[in-house]
Amino acid sequence: MSKLGIDWSLVEKARGYASNIANSVSEYVQNYSTVSVERTICRFLGIDGVNENDIPLPNVVVDHMKEKNILINGAAYIIGNAMIELNLTPQEIAEKVANGDLDLSKITPHKPEESLKKIEPIVISTIEKIKENKNYRDDFIKNIGEGSQPYLYVIVATGNVYEDVVQAQAAARQGADIIAVIRSTGQSLLDYVPYGPTTEGFGGTFATQENFRIMREALDEVGHELGRYIRLVNYASGLCMPEIAAMGAVERLDVMLNDALYGILFRDINMKRTIIDQHFSRVINGFAGIIINTGEDNYLTTADAFEQAHTVLASDFINEQMALTAGIPKSQMGLGHAFEMNPDMENGFLYELAQAQMVREIFPEATPKYMPPTKFMTGNIFKGNIQDALFNEVSIWTKQGIQLLGMITEAVHTPFMSDRYIAIENAKYIFNNMKNIGDEVEFKEGGIIQNRAKQVLNESLTLLEAIEKEGLFNSLEKGVFADVKRPINGGKGLDGVFEKGENYMNPFIEKMLGDDVK
Amino acid sequence: MSGGLYNINKKDYDKTLDLTKVKPYGDTMNDGKVQVSFTLPVPCGDEAVEAAKITIKKMGLQNPQIVYYKELTKGFTFFIGYGEFTDTVNFEEIDVPKVKVDKMTMEETDEYIKENIGRKIVVIGASTGTDAHTVGIDAIMNMKGFAGHYGLERYEMIEAYNLGSQVENEDFVAKAVELNADVLLVSQTVTQKNIHIKNLTELVELLEAEGLRDKVILIAGGPRISHELVKEIGYDAGFGPNTFADDVASYIAKEMYNRM
Repeated sequence: MSKLGIDWSLVEKARGYASNIANSVSEYVQNYSTVSVERTICRFLGIDGVNENDIPLPNVVVDHMKEKNILINGAAYIIGNAMIELNLTPQEIAEKVANGDLDLSKITPHKPEESLKKIEPIVISTIEKIKENKNYRDDFIKNIGEGSQPYLYVIVATGNVYEDVVQAQAAARQGADIIAVIRSTGQSLLDYVPYGPTTEGFGGTFATQENFRIMREALDEVGHELGRYIRLVNYASGLCMPEIAAMGAVERLDVMLNDALYGILFRDINMKRTIIDQHFSRVINGFAGIIINTGEDNYLTTADAFEQAHTVLASDFINEQMALTAGIPKSQMGLGHAFEMNPDMENGFLYELAQAQMVREIFPEATPKYMPPTKFMTGNIFKGNIQDALFNEVSIWTKQGIQLLGMITEAVHTPFMSDRYIAIENAKYIFNNMKNIGDEVEFKEGGIIQNRAKQVLNESLTLLEAIEKEGLFNSLEKGVFADVKRPINGGKGLDGVFEKGENYMNPFIEKMLGDDVK
Repeated sequence: MSGGLYNINKKDYDKTLDLTKVKPYGDTMNDGKVQVSFTLPVPCGDEAVEAAKITIKKMGLQNPQIVYYKELTKGFTFFIGYGEFTDTVNFEEIDVPKVKVDKMTMEETDEYIKENIGRKIVVIGASTGTDAHTVGIDAIMNMKGFAGHYGLERYEMIEAYNLGSQVENEDFVAKAVELNADVLLVSQTVTQKNIHIKNLTELVELLEAEGLRDKVILIAGGPRISHELVKEIGYDAGFGPNTFADDVASYIAKEMYNRM
């Protein structure tokens, strides 16, 4: 039953287009890999730490393979080979490469199946570790509990992981269900993942494996205290997309921003590079039980929320299909949208309501991520609290999955502890006071709300049809999303893409896709 | 908590406005009423409230009142309070350096450029350094503009290039040379730990090193930018919050003319 009078045949048609778009992307992805994919494999094989110049060993090893022109066979095959010949662990091999004691191109090649057999025990142990994490989370939620949807999602961003812990625990005690540690500005453009705990960052805290571990421990502690599982978010995006996903899987993160389109449009990352990276990172996230968040909400920070609403819906369709090709269950799809209508617009609330309800109805099994007003937040914290209240009303009304709480000091500074308190108080008040409004109120047939939904769906359909015809890459060149145009061979990271050689293997993808998820 | 609601205390201060002695205004001239909110890293309780009152007093506010408080998490208490400011500000002697420009409409600016300059002005803009936010530069440059003020791209006599975000200063300067730009617009939105100042200064140094500084009009904009601040580090003008494309365009047109 649709409250919006949605014509389901149109939705089916839209899914068909999106599926064709996603399939042609994944056909392309099959034949390529990237330096970050290979570094991820190194990490999964247990290679960790840094050399004397603070360069992470996965980078040292993969750069070495690239320099020696053997990278086309992939890190898994090459490391397996070296293990057969040298009888060393991957970490010992990496250290020898770092010291200059080992040239991997000089290793006698073995058959791919022999190499695979050699690394298989490590592959299985990594897979088991990730499964254990998934089970731990499931058990915690089943036996101890979790908050109800929409989950209250807040950010911490002090730059210092130890200060973040204080802020995050405070937010959880005030009622937050999900804590995102915002990354330092510019991390998405680093082609390596920094190492160890960090206490300095710009506008956020570096994503490092040790920082993940510290925050996970802190949230588990406060989760036990509150009897509620507290989810941890980071960003599997940028040039190290799959590596961050891997670190998150190992350290039991729960939600990852994970959207190539976002990186292409807003970080000018090369589209081939990040689409290839995205596939592996989504396979990892899907397997690890991590909810992915997509970044459609950002389109509306540059493009107009009323005129461009259909681009958000079209992109949600595409992201859904690309997630399916990576084995992500629908419940782990945090498709993005946002409350960004100009507050001066007459009936803007009704349009927001229509669009939010539409996302909910079209993706009923997803866990949609709803983003707060940012573009029209002014520094008037008093009005800001009302804007956030309207946003919260739409969310409880339309039963969103993840509610990224608006902050009254948006556009002023990264949130104070008290800003977060005010945001949580606002949301809890509205979520409780208006709890069942969505079950009680229906929309007028042929009224403003229904018509708005109809219009946006029709426009998305036209757009998806055009993208299907052009292909995703060409469409991005023409600027279909967010009013941003990106050339297919432009942007950062293209030099890290390579075509797979004949001995290439990625045993993790096979295990992860073949195992539980089918 | 509403002790002040039915306040019948005699207000025996002077209730006439004197611009040499200005005080905050609540509901009566010179009442000095100020609203504050803050968090103290102390556990909730009577001692916390007292500490908050003392904090307010030390801000220079008399008769501190705490109207609401709440422990946010163990050891951190949030307060909302009021007090009365007793000092005064001499409004008459205040002098704030500003970009002096008679604002023109888009049509007037285009006309002005046609008449006085006789060719299109080339403007390039970017959010530089690690700053990934394009909200500011987009508001000024994009065709659509912001809040009803069309952006520079829509001006007939301005050739506008918006390079987007995370543009390195080196690349920005290279592009300026390539396009023979008359005007450089730099936007800085995320400004933790004053990184924007370092970034803005670097650009000036780079332009000077290339011998370009005097050949271009250099402008900075953003929520933390003031004219005074960027003048000091070597910019021609700075535009803060609540300025739009027409402010920038009017300034550019007149400044170009002044320099001819």
